Amino acid sequence: MIDGLSGTMIVLVAVSALGVLSYARAAGPRSNPFYAAYLLLVAGLTGMSVTGDLFNLYVFLEITGLAAYVLVASDDSGRSAIAALRYLLIGTVGASLFLLGIGYAYIATGTLNMGDLATQIAEVGYTATLVQAAFAFVVVGLFIKVAIFPLHTWQPEAYASAPDSVSALISALVSTVSAYALVRVVYTAFTADFLEANPLAADLLGAAAAVSIVAGSLLAVAQSEVKRMLAYSSVAQFGLVVAAASLVNETAMIGAVVHLVGHALMKGSLFLAAGVVATATGARTVSEYDGLVDRLPVGAGAFGVLALAMVGVPPTLGFVGKWYIALGAVESGSWVLVVVIVASTLLTLAYFARLVERMFFRDPATALADEVGVAASEDEAEVVADGSDLGATDGVVTSGSDPATDGGDDAPSTDRVTFGMYAVVVVTAVLAVALGLAVFEYAEFLEPTITRLLTP
Amino acid sequence: MIDLLATRYYYLVTFLLLGVGAYMMIGNRNLVKKVIGMNIFQTGIFLFFIAAAYLEGASPPVLTAEAPHVSPLPHVLILTAIVVGVSLTAVALGLIVRIYADYGTLDAEVLWEVRHDD
Repeated sequence: MIDGLSGTMIVLVAVSALGVLSYARAAGPRSNPFYAAYLLLVAGLTGMSVTGDLFNLYVFLEITGLAAYVLVASDDSGRSAIAALRYLLIGTVGASLFLLGIGYAYIATGTLNMGDLATQIAEVGYTATLVQAAFAFVVVGLFIKVAIFPLHTWQPEAYASAPDSVSALISALVSTVSAYALVRVVYTAFTADFLEANPLAADLLGAAAAVSIVAGSLLAVAQSEVKRMLAYSSVAQFGLVVAAASLVNETAMIGAVVHLVGHALMKGSLFLAAGVVATATGARTVSEYDGLVDRLPVGAGAFGVLALAMVGVPPTLGFVGKWYIALGAVESGSWVLVVVIVASTLLTLAYFARLVERMFFRDPATALADEVGVAASEDEAEVVADGSDLGATDGVVTSGSDPATDGGDDAPSTDRVTFGMYAVVVVTAVLAVALGLAVFEYAEFLEPTITRLLTP
Repeated sequence: MIDLLATRYYYLVTFLLLGVGAYMMIGNRNLVKKVIGMNIFQTGIFLFFIAAAYLEGASPPVLTAEAPHVSPLPHVLILTAIVVGVSLTAVALGLIVRIYADYGTLDAEVLWEVRHDD
């Protein structure tokens, strides 16, 4: 059952996986178990995208989950093992609740095929308790996998403690394809008529999404570690996607798909850019990004472009997605959501502008402190406290204390960042801007699929 | 209501198992016991499917057996789910071995404190 939506997901999975692979070739982890888990993850994600059967969806969800748990732990630190175990426990509960929902749907209708379910559920009646229970369990289970606000607790630590290539791969694909599965199950199996017959269900979807948008953004502002900040930002962005999906509106649905793809591309490459920065300069916290443009012009530039695209500066991909969603919200007359979307853009600006300002308009704190011999700012304490990157930080200090040094090329640790790693990040940064212009044609291509999805 | 519970007690047991499993995962400090809780949680769901397929007085789903058959499909689904559960348990225990080797403890709260001292 391949339509425009699942086709989009397959292409997204293939392209993102290839991009991350070319990054991981240089940046590692290079072990055989990593590549095995990587292939398993891609297989699981592709399976989730193409399947038209609820139970197959569960099996592929678990395959994806298993590969993701293993990948998070592929860093050899104890921290990532704890994060992976936590991810495993919470993710398993999510998948199990999804399975329970499938059980209810099966008992109510006697079928597992999504297309058949649509007709069978209509016969059983949309307000039958079994159908409603099935919907509730399926949605809550997938919310855990997508990481919607109160159920997101596995996600920040898993993203932050995994190796950079893995964070990029998982943040770009796992939650994205789970969100696709949510849209697919809600609209193909339960259909838009179900949401119409149960307005409370649609309202609760929208409310959960709105809470996720606001809470995710606020938590992102509060983070000091860059990768954790990016992770919380994902919680907010997926709230936006689910909010758009709850509207039962064509424009908003196109926005949801565009934002799903755009978020995957931008967040994945933001994690890769953070990886480039960390490899070259050892900077992993927000305060360490001070004056990054002097040390690493290309990395800082790509990071800046991607951050602005994520905020939604026109004509980037992030802008077009949000534009469609906001337009759909206006069409549906749900003004609360319009307010939340605008507020979320401001909050996104709050945490990304903070980084951009530090990267481009501040002097590097470490170098300053080294020269003057005193702690230049309160941020200094954090930099010193983060002892794990000491070797890399030393390299920065040496390069920064030499006033003639221009660019990051002279720092001894920089040579670990290969051309390929830069190329992936820069190409995706360019894509994030360029694809924004191609969205209108893509929307036309998508429209028949969306129409069929919304009018069963 | 009582009548319903008396004849459909396996659904009650299902949700009892789900509750016990969820409580063990949240309330227990020991990581291994959390994984056991996860297994109990999944077992509850297995029971749910198998109970749903059961039919009083029906014969096993074999062609030569007499007419009302027990539905075979949930059994097959659960067979798959059991395999998934076993592999999840294996990965979880593997991670626990690594955590123990790194931190020397399986107490979730001690681990929490250690992580915050880092």
